[in-house]
Amino acid sequence: MLHSQPHQHKDEIPTLLDGFHESYTVHLDKFDGPLDLLLHLIRKNELDVCDIPIAVITRQYLDYIKLMKDLNLEVAGDFLVMAATLLQIKSRMLLPLEEPEEGEVEETDLRAELIRRLVEYQQYKEAGMVIGARALLGREIFVRSSIEPALVAAQNQDGPLEVSLFDLVDAFRALLARIPAAHFHDVAAAESFSIADSINEILALLQERDTLQFDELVRDEFTRERVIVTFLALLELCRLKLVRIFQGSEHGSIWFVPAVAAGDGA
Amino acid sequence: MSSELSAIIESLVFTSESALSTDRISDLLHEFDRDAVKAALSELVEYHSNRGGGFELVEVAGGWQFRTRPAFQSYITRHIRTKASKFSQSSLETLAIIAYRQPLTRTEVEHLRGVDCGTVLKSLLEKKLVRILGKKDIPGRPLIYGTSKEFLEIFGLKDLKSLPTLKEIQALDEAPQYERQEELPLGMDIRRPVEGELPFE
Repeated sequence: MLHSQPHQHKDEIPTLLDGFHESYTVHLDKFDGPLDLLLHLIRKNELDVCDIPIAVITRQYLDYIKLMKDLNLEVAGDFLVMAATLLQIKSRMLLPLEEPEEGEVEETDLRAELIRRLVEYQQYKEAGMVIGARALLGREIFVRSSIEPALVAAQNQDGPLEVSLFDLVDAFRALLARIPAAHFHDVAAAESFSIADSINEILALLQERDTLQFDELVRDEFTRERVIVTFLALLELCRLKLVRIFQGSEHGSIWFVPAVAAGDGA
Repeated sequence: MSSELSAIIESLVFTSESALSTDRISDLLHEFDRDAVKAALSELVEYHSNRGGGFELVEVAGGWQFRTRPAFQSYITRHIRTKASKFSQSSLETLAIIAYRQPLTRTEVEHLRGVDCGTVLKSLLEKKLVRILGKKDIPGRPLIYGTSKEFLEIFGLKDLKSLPTLKEIQALDEAPQYERQEELPLGMDIRRPVEGELPFE
């Protein structure tokens, strides 16, 4: 009974394990910390945040913690601190008030402090939902410029950020890792794609457009061979100083721009 | 659109890669009066909102920009790939706390959320929505965080003041301690003397 109470499946659970599985998944994406859990319990019991029955809430809260432990979940320290606070408040309320002045002040303080934090947390949680519901640039709203905002930002700052060789190698590795396993065995390629072919293709693309993304170059034909050839072609182009490589942000997409000014007609 | 100035400003905003601030526009149009530029801008805003077209003129992060109306999202995404990041509840909460309470330290964010915020804060920093403002002059010199210009741009805010107001938050900010200090002693001081003294008199 104790276990089933916090998660709304009172008697309809065939086995305890079913309930555990459900609350396991519910918990993980639902509670963002002890305050969130407390708010959830308050709402579920249809209570007023400003007038929490500490005994009820503490019991349900501890049930949750126990449940998390039974599931071998690592209970975050933050949850335990809150449990201790709740128990402290509860135990103070149970003790006879021998010295009314001192005891009363302290007890009201702890409870009032908790309520204040809860009310405040609730405000920010709601504020988060309010701003999250706004029409966001790049999601609901778009601007005229077709260039990546990150790219514009990078160009507007102190010139392009040069990328280190390691970033390039990382991008290459990430791409290789994404190649479907089946393609690893496509040994007998009909005709091979040479580095020179790749270089020509990249240069042709760069004449039409000002910028290229690494991903774009290999999107159409996503094979190990293609990726490796493209990578080598790019290294060669860099060595010949025909392209410049930069990254809009840390771990962002890697971009290529022609190194020569448009007037040179290269 | 009535004036030629409005048309000039429209052409400037249209060709600009990023948002143009009122200051920048006035600098570029030095032959015009600053007040006239401002008036022309509001005229333009009105013109575009009455026009009922696919985009409107908006002031975002202190600059003017043409932005599409949210209603056309589903059509636009048919040809533009969006890389819009999804925001989890915890990142929105953290972002809200930083937006409303900045400048503040990670410990302060964590106190308000009651939970560790290291990972969330790191991803907000990577998305450039949050930036480091400096170091607080207390032991340990913790970093102070605030929201960035990108935050205003992405969330379509003119400035931080145009964040939705939350009266309750402000009330909490102002005087939680005064409330506590005043109410408790007063309640006891008043009751005790009254109960104790009456029978004697």
